[in-house]
Amino acid sequence: MLEVRDLRAGYSADNEIVHGISFSLADGEFCCIIGANGCGKTTTLKTVLGLLPRLGGEVLINGRETAQMRERELALHFAYIPQIHQLPFPYRVKDMVLMGRTPHMARLAAASADDKRVAYAALCQMAIEDLADKSYTELSGGQQQLVLIARALAQQPDILVMDEPTASLDFGNQQLVLSRMRGLADCGTSVLMVTHDPAHAFYCADRAIVLHEGVILKDGAPTDVITAETMLEIYNTEVRVDRVDVGEGRTGCACIPIVRKSALDERLLAELMRGKS
Amino acid sequence: MSSASVEPTVVARSAGTPEPAGTSAGSAFDDAAAAAFADEAAEAYDEKVPIWVKIALPAGLVGIVLVSFALGKYSVSPAELVDGIVRHFQGQTLAGDDLSLDKVIFNIRIPRILLVVMVGAALSAAGASFQGMFRNPLVSPDLLGASAGAGLGACIGLLLGWSTILTQLMAFATGLLAVGIAVFMNRMVKYDRLLGLVLGGILVSTLFQAGTSIVKLCADVNDKLPSITYWLMGSFSGANQHDLAIAVIPMIIGFVLIMLERWKLNVLSLGEDEARSLGVNTKRTRMLVIVAATLLTSVSVAVSGVIGWIGLIIPHLARALVGPDHRKLLPAAMLLGASYLLIVDDFARCLLSMEIPIGILTALLGVPFFAIIFHYNSKGWS
Repeated sequence: MLEVRDLRAGYSADNEIVHGISFSLADGEFCCIIGANGCGKTTTLKTVLGLLPRLGGEVLINGRETAQMRERELALHFAYIPQIHQLPFPYRVKDMVLMGRTPHMARLAAASADDKRVAYAALCQMAIEDLADKSYTELSGGQQQLVLIARALAQQPDILVMDEPTASLDFGNQQLVLSRMRGLADCGTSVLMVTHDPAHAFYCADRAIVLHEGVILKDGAPTDVITAETMLEIYNTEVRVDRVDVGEGRTGCACIPIVRKSALDERLLAELMRGKS
Repeated sequence: MSSASVEPTVVARSAGTPEPAGTSAGSAFDDAAAAAFADEAAEAYDEKVPIWVKIALPAGLVGIVLVSFALGKYSVSPAELVDGIVRHFQGQTLAGDDLSLDKVIFNIRIPRILLVVMVGAALSAAGASFQGMFRNPLVSPDLLGASAGAGLGACIGLLLGWSTILTQLMAFATGLLAVGIAVFMNRMVKYDRLLGLVLGGILVSTLFQAGTSIVKLCADVNDKLPSITYWLMGSFSGANQHDLAIAVIPMIIGFVLIMLERWKLNVLSLGEDEARSLGVNTKRTRMLVIVAATLLTSVSVAVSGVIGWIGLIIPHLARALVGPDHRKLLPAAMLLGASYLLIVDDFARCLLSMEIPIGILTALLGVPFFAIIFHYNSKGWS
């Protein structure tokens, strides 16, 4: 159970980005945070994780204030899946995943057989055990993301925190990752995920929080929250939200932008084309 | 993927009845399957350092040590070495050739060879750990000003005509002081601690090098200046038991600290946020690594002068052999660094009739060596 109360966050006191937001996350709940660029999604995540100093408010796990926890204790509750990035050194996939066991290792001890067993189970759960001996840096973006998720699983957290985990994945891998995350939530792990794609919230979330200019605009079931009016307000984009019958008695929701032909400025266009024959 | 929301997507999950994707592990596994899985996991995580690397690195060092005893104006063969050591500890009264053999072994060769081995291992381990911590394969152990600091201290000692031991202690202290100032200055850059450290190191190095120049300016041109200049080039020519005594304790502390942090160094090299979210107290781990690397570097410079390049090259060579995992990288770098510096030192004392400052040789050999590794190393760093 994660509770966030009146959280204020930002990179410095005179540059507050998130202005007092409150929400809670039950065990096994899958919550997506959506919002425009710069609305404070990532800042919120990082502050909840304790990676950014808090400007105010409380973050509680099972009633305990996280500010009083050491890194190691925090890492036993939270696993953070960052966006993929360049690594300076080509660690092997299995070692990357084994690093997820760090908070479980005694201070001076190396990885135990049990640590390796859990890490291997995480590899298998993400179906990447064949990549175990490959270098992380040689993998495709999608494979790297799966490795980072496997590492988070090896951490055995209560809450998975993800910052646009599907940003670099192809269409198929996006659904693969999301369905695995959904499965984890069904087994009791809470998931807090920042996403740019409203469709992802429809697909796997129990709940969506819409963040707009540092405050929570809406909070509720994805179908209630992600509406044409909300999308217009936060993205300044007209959309149509529709229910789609996907067979087997199941329905899905789709959020489709109504693309209008954008008018380019004629005069600037002429400037742009200057000198081009 | 900014275009994601444009795709007329998607979706398939009726609210309320999620698929049970991860069948719970307890019920599905019987004991036999669990045991089989444990074996599979153990095999997947079986460390596959090539046998020849495991054997060749220590054996190579031992071989080079034996060769180093044999090289020089007074050659000591392995048989004589064993003989001499046995006799020394039997407490026999020695005379004639036996006495001079004993003196060569215990007063000259052992201190020098041990010191070279320790300094080679120290600079390589410090370089490897700094490269991991700063997430940059082009970092060398004097990044935070340890060499510049120790250099100034030694020059002051030489200028004032202090005894060798006092000069070395002074060099060691100023090396620590320089890094301390760099770490303190780190607070100037609030948004990126690593960048702050690098900046602090550059400023402190410049400051202490300027200090060294002032000392040189003040030094007597006929007497003090040559000894200062010669010292700054690095040499083991005066190595004796006192140097060994000064070096051994800080070195052991440094080696032990770095080896204790070997796993955390892996995690730290993923970057600040990731390391913290994996439960590492990054501040403390970084300080421990800095303290360890600074002890190793400062004491090396204090006893042998400034020896460049080795802390930059050897970690690369080690990474090419055993990969970037610090659990294997650090021991491999220490063994390689010790062997490499010992070879270079053998050249330094045997190539010409006069002793060549080893700092010159490590640079001369280091540049082409580095170019070759750079060319062939495809997996050492990305």
